[in-house]
Amino acid sequence: MRTKTKLVAWTLGSAAVVGAVGVLSALLSPAMAAGATRPLAGTFTLADGIFYAVAALTVAGAAAVAFSRNILYSALGLLASLLGAAGLYVFLSADFVAVAQVFIYIGGVLVLILFAVMLTNRIGEVNISNSTMGWASAAILCAAMLGLLLVVAFDVPWPVRVTGGAPTTAPLGHALLQQWLLPFELASLILLATLIGAIIIARKEIRAD
Amino acid sequence: MTQFSFAFPKPGTKKLLVGASLGAVIGIPVLLACLLVFVIPMMHKPLFDAFIREKLGRDPASWAGTQWTYGLAFFVAGIVMFTFAAITGGIFSWYERRVAARMQSRIGPNRVGAGGFLQWIADAVKLLFKEDLVPGEADALVFRAAPYFVVAGMTLVLVALPAGQAIVVADLDVGIFYILAVTSFIVVGVILSGWSSNSKWSLFGAIRATAQIISYEIPAGLAILVPVLMAGTLSTQGLIQAQGGWPWEWFFFRNPAAAVAFFILFISQLAEGNRTPFDLAEAESELVAGYFSEYSGFRFALYFLVEWANLWIIGAVATTLFLGGWQIPGVGTQTWAAVRGSGSFPAWGWWALQFVSLGVFALKTLFLVNVVIWIRWTLPRIRIDQMMTLCWKYLVPAGFAAMLFTLIWQMIATWAPVVERITALAVLAATIWVTWRFLVQTRKNVSLIAHERIDLSNW
Repeated sequence: MRTKTKLVAWTLGSAAVVGAVGVLSALLSPAMAAGATRPLAGTFTLADGIFYAVAALTVAGAAAVAFSRNILYSALGLLASLLGAAGLYVFLSADFVAVAQVFIYIGGVLVLILFAVMLTNRIGEVNISNSTMGWASAAILCAAMLGLLLVVAFDVPWPVRVTGGAPTTAPLGHALLQQWLLPFELASLILLATLIGAIIIARKEIRAD
Repeated sequence: MTQFSFAFPKPGTKKLLVGASLGAVIGIPVLLACLLVFVIPMMHKPLFDAFIREKLGRDPASWAGTQWTYGLAFFVAGIVMFTFAAITGGIFSWYERRVAARMQSRIGPNRVGAGGFLQWIADAVKLLFKEDLVPGEADALVFRAAPYFVVAGMTLVLVALPAGQAIVVADLDVGIFYILAVTSFIVVGVILSGWSSNSKWSLFGAIRATAQIISYEIPAGLAILVPVLMAGTLSTQGLIQAQGGWPWEWFFFRNPAAAVAFFILFISQLAEGNRTPFDLAEAESELVAGYFSEYSGFRFALYFLVEWANLWIIGAVATTLFLGGWQIPGVGTQTWAAVRGSGSFPAWGWWALQFVSLGVFALKTLFLVNVVIWIRWTLPRIRIDQMMTLCWKYLVPAGFAAMLFTLIWQMIATWAPVVERITALAVLAATIWVTWRFLVQTRKNVSLIAHERIDLSNW
């Protein structure tokens, strides 16, 4: 009985999301209505081939994260996905962001995840899915999310900047230390507070006796 | 007086063998240098376009094959860099064993070729023929994949690592940051190999290695910031161009904090490369061989290839950042432009000067490689708590201090450039005096054992 109520609630919620997406796309798609499409014609270049390889790596990695029953393989899938994302940044001429992605996410976050996974004793056959939810509601949610992402990708008038592959490090540095100095410093303050909080949670109480 | 007795080659060695090894000793480095000088500069767009226009007779802008030729050129460059890493690692393996033996009053490998020079080829062939074992309880897929991560972490560095004025595969604008970032693949490989082996020694080794590499990345990053602040760029070639050929134009001497940062970086690199005194991860007396205990055959060889090729990377990064890189004394940008000539394809003098710059870079790098090897066979292994204390209580604060000092120093140097020149000469004089004292002391130590013969006849 309870599961049935939940299913109905989720279906209604997902329908609401789909509806919102529909309304949003109708509002946002004058370009699509005008018949504008992405340029698909043209010759197949080497850069195209590399792009599709990198994109495939990203998607395959993400799929491995979601579908693998072994959490170590999920972590490896995450590695592939993050690496692919770094490659996509290169295609967007964001060289600094691409290297920072590798440095922080693979060198830092992923190594810590692997470290934690390595010290757990149940690696395979972990059931991390939410058992109270059926696959039907999950499928509806996925479809709704896909619609939302597609609308955002195709209908938002993204500002296009042609940089011609110029280095981005110096402009980023100037932007962070001139225009966005206060948010930048606030972010570092939050990080410091997080670090101190983590130490306080993790440390052992040392008593004088 | 100390008596020296030196005989090379060992009396009775076959002439053919001596010829073959001497040919290899001279031929292999010359071949590597030619490959580096004539292949790698072609990766730069203007030179590559000129090559297509003048040697292939096509217009690079309109010819459809340009991109495929460029892709092929990158493939060739990749093979050249990989060959370079493999052969350098192999030769270092022989050299390190000979130095180690000499320092421990042993002989070392001296059977294959004159002076044992061909030993590394024999070892590689032997390991190729060994069975590629996977332990029964291991996670076979990850176990097989882990060495590739380690090799990738080493070879990706070579993309942005310069070795001469135009000898760098890609002069990335984020070069040194990129080198720091891709090194993390080695950590991933180490963790995976340690975990997938399903062995206690491997897991302990992997945990130690990871803790060590992650910790020492922080002082290394702080030390790298000092030359980056002085040069105002992250590009490896830009960092070298901001220095000069003469010692007083190097970053090491121009700023007292940079001298400190050099030693911080050098110690951190030793730790990141798992070199003694930081070889806790593969401590033979405790952990068999650490994270690669269970490996055999060529996968085992890959770990050692990376360890020895890392020697070159350790030396080359330190040379690039602090010791003037490939800058030839007395040769400035005008000279480079003059020998290049006005044509779109450089004149022969330019290529010859590339050889000289490669030689200067290799000389500095090999000196640092020597120091790393001497340290390995001189110092004992430190304990894990000492390792962590050194990193977090000494190197990290020193790194921050060096960075802050450099910020102030750069303001002073902009206000009065003469301060920088005076400091450079003073630090240089101090370095020469310390070196002199070191040599005098070494001579004194050697003369203490004057009654012993230093016997090199069994080379």
